[in-house]
Amino acid sequence: MELTRRHFLRLSMAAGITAAGVAGGDLLGLLAASGVRIDRDARYIPSYCEMCFWKCGLVAKVADGRVVTLYGNPLHPNSRGRLCARGNAGVGLLYDEDRLKYPLISCGGRGEGRYKRASWDEALGYVAEKMDRIKTRYGPESLAFFAHGSVTAHFVPLILGFGTPNFAFPSFAQCRGPRIAAFELTFGEDPGTPERVDLAGSRVIALFGSHLGENMHNSQVQDFVEGLSKGARLIVADPRFSTAAGKAKWWLPVKPGTDTALMLAWMNVLINEDLYDRAYVERYASGFDSLRSHVGQYTPEWAASETEVPARLIVRTARELGRNRPNVCVHPGRHSSWHGNDVQRERCLAILNAILGTWGRRGGLYLKTRSSLPVPPQKEEFPEPQKPPLSGKYLSAGAEGVTNAIRDATRTGKPYPVKGWLVAGTNLLKAMPNERETAEAIRGLDLLVAIDVMPFDTAMMADVILPECTYLERHDEVYVQRDRMLTASIRQPAVPPMYQSRPGWWIARQLSVRMGLGSYYPWGTLEEKIRSECAFWKVDYGELRSKGVVSFSGTDNPYITAENQPVFGTPSGKIELYSRELEKKGFDPIPVYSRVKQPAEGWFRLIYGRSPVHTFTKTTNNERLWELFRENEAWINKGAADRLGIEGGQYIRLENQDGQRSDRVRAKVTERIRPDCIYMVHGFGSRDKSLSRAYKKGADDQGLITRYAVDPVCGSTGMRCNFVKPVLET
Amino acid sequence: MPGYAMVIDQRRCVGCMACIVACKTQNGVPPECFRTRVVEEVDGVFPDLRMELRPELCNHCDSPTCVQNCPTGASYKRDDGIVLVNRMRCVGCKACIAACPYGARYIDPDHGYADKCTFCFERLEEGEEPACVSTCTGRARIFGDLEDPESEVSRLLRGYASYVLLAGAGTKPRVHYIRKFGKPE
Repeated sequence: MELTRRHFLRLSMAAGITAAGVAGGDLLGLLAASGVRIDRDARYIPSYCEMCFWKCGLVAKVADGRVVTLYGNPLHPNSRGRLCARGNAGVGLLYDEDRLKYPLISCGGRGEGRYKRASWDEALGYVAEKMDRIKTRYGPESLAFFAHGSVTAHFVPLILGFGTPNFAFPSFAQCRGPRIAAFELTFGEDPGTPERVDLAGSRVIALFGSHLGENMHNSQVQDFVEGLSKGARLIVADPRFSTAAGKAKWWLPVKPGTDTALMLAWMNVLINEDLYDRAYVERYASGFDSLRSHVGQYTPEWAASETEVPARLIVRTARELGRNRPNVCVHPGRHSSWHGNDVQRERCLAILNAILGTWGRRGGLYLKTRSSLPVPPQKEEFPEPQKPPLSGKYLSAGAEGVTNAIRDATRTGKPYPVKGWLVAGTNLLKAMPNERETAEAIRGLDLLVAIDVMPFDTAMMADVILPECTYLERHDEVYVQRDRMLTASIRQPAVPPMYQSRPGWWIARQLSVRMGLGSYYPWGTLEEKIRSECAFWKVDYGELRSKGVVSFSGTDNPYITAENQPVFGTPSGKIELYSRELEKKGFDPIPVYSRVKQPAEGWFRLIYGRSPVHTFTKTTNNERLWELFRENEAWINKGAADRLGIEGGQYIRLENQDGQRSDRVRAKVTERIRPDCIYMVHGFGSRDKSLSRAYKKGADDQGLITRYAVDPVCGSTGMRCNFVKPVLET
Repeated sequence: MPGYAMVIDQRRCVGCMACIVACKTQNGVPPECFRTRVVEEVDGVFPDLRMELRPELCNHCDSPTCVQNCPTGASYKRDDGIVLVNRMRCVGCKACIAACPYGARYIDPDHGYADKCTFCFERLEEGEEPACVSTCTGRARIFGDLEDPESEVSRLLRGYASYVLLAGAGTKPRVHYIRKFGKPE
């Protein structure tokens, strides 16, 4: 918690806008110049995308009351006039006939799928009454809130006003948590989202498991390709020959769970061969001597035996990074909850960037803008929670909370009971490991409310389903992005909400009003709130509406110069190669290699990742994306498949070490993966019949992830510790 | 008169498939029909692998077998290089589909005529690029006029070794490819 509080303090103290001014010109003119045919009878509404979490600026073309096409907003830094497949397919979500259309109240047992249609008044009244009853009987902390995406912010005033400290987003403990913790410990700051990687200017790029391209993060992929086209050499450490590996000069098919050994050996070579950035380290870092003596033991030969990557390749790639320092980038990664020792692995990534001198250097990690748009003062104070949050025991649990800590408390009633869950925009059953534990927690609840767009598995367990409209039908909070430059983007409706669906903000406010918490929502509409914020920031609302994004020119200062010195928010004010904060709590102050369990003969480690056309489960029922990728496959090495008699395209099932068996999944027999693991794209195997396309398509990787390893530093759940074997259909 | 062509720089393609969705939305391509695709080919044995990503579409050939084999004159070639289908003349006989060595065509399931990539000619008339080019996140697709020596396509073809698909078929495609394998050491 200490780190987080400091982080927030820094945010609130951040300087105001240094030089306000607006970049760019006329949006329609730019659209036309970038190849969009401007139709005089149509309306063009700028907004930002929510097909994933990258928040790309878009322009919706509306004709005859329907959204017909989506374009990338050429003014927006995250899309630069281009949208990915999902962004292009946003219309497929808007007009998905399987959407949640009306408020529903359960009239059967949980998960039976029996609902009756309710009015909004009835449904909201029901939820408010149940929430109040939980507060009276158990206390406000017995209500927990889980969310993902833009809807999150709308409910925070309700949750804080209600008086519970328990809210958590899977984006921390099931995803970026270890990276956030490691970079905050080392640099005092997370590399952010979008990650501040300067790939377009890199001379060498190293990826550990990051499958850019399949991981379709728009502007980052654009920079990645730009860097490669200018001659950047790419190193990819991945047990799978990813699309990115297909572009690499060096593919290191590292044995899963041994990445830390490879990185420690890189440090060994960089330091022994004097290929690190000595001046940078002397000036900005602390603990180098300890690091030097610590990594002496981690020779390339030793790492080769751990990783199964030849020692000469480890040396060769380390030298490539060292010789091109500091214009190199060891990508901090994103999803990093792998094996339960993940903060230490991510610390290695951070330390490598530090000794290569990449933070604040061209081609490395650029510096975040120092400007910000301050949060307008709140009139109403939130009550102080009476009990500590359930994630309190972790050193750096972060502002995003620890979902699994709340789940554990819900299951056990300890340290105090949790009796109500509000779940907005996240499919917890698929996002969290061990679906049985999630289901068990849900069974013990007095109230489960889902706020969502589509009838995915978790929503269909709820007692009350409140249908949110899609991102193309609503306002959301202004997206203030403190990236290279300060920008503010608007989400605004292209068309009114369809059916009886309503914006998340409206739902949150209506609930609050019914519980006597309406004073936390002093605006009649979210647009009113946005207008008042713009007035406070001195941002021209009309301009924001018509351009979709306002960029504050002159707020960028991405590289270290004599005048532009970096500020590290660590206790020492330096980059901490040796972490006293970790030491104080009894953790290794410098990463120590520890082995993870490897699969026994005949078993495969289950690993998982992304398809460029899908965002987890979210997009699997979208007609335009479904037809490109209908079901996931189980990637299995050709030699291993031959021994087992598995042919490509054949349906198999996977069974894990606990006897859990998957749905049918096609085998992808390929040379592109190590013989000791099986890979699947995450998010498939949905269980609800009302999903006309996604129902029972492919297999659910999370169903096989019954075991998970909790990282002791940040509480994240390592999910790559399950072993499976194929079962052939008879 | 321009001579339209596309250059596909395979080094920049990441297989994100934005082109496919943008094309379908722009042109109202029916479900399960495609005017473009991304082919993924892998060579070698673990761990010595190489991979190629290859976006494919109608090649707008200068010697178009579809046009040559069309019995009704529905398939035709314009002076600017674009091969199109006149829907009114098409009887859905599939001769063009059989003749095209690139698998670039399909029969529209609702109307019965043959259809395919048009290089978004309506957009070109407005001075704009094809939809797949506009949205290509990797800027792997480059479109332009080969008659203009200063166009990006002309410069790319002068500057890099390029090839066309099935050159031996004698179709003289107007879609050119620049390829470089990622070569693991």
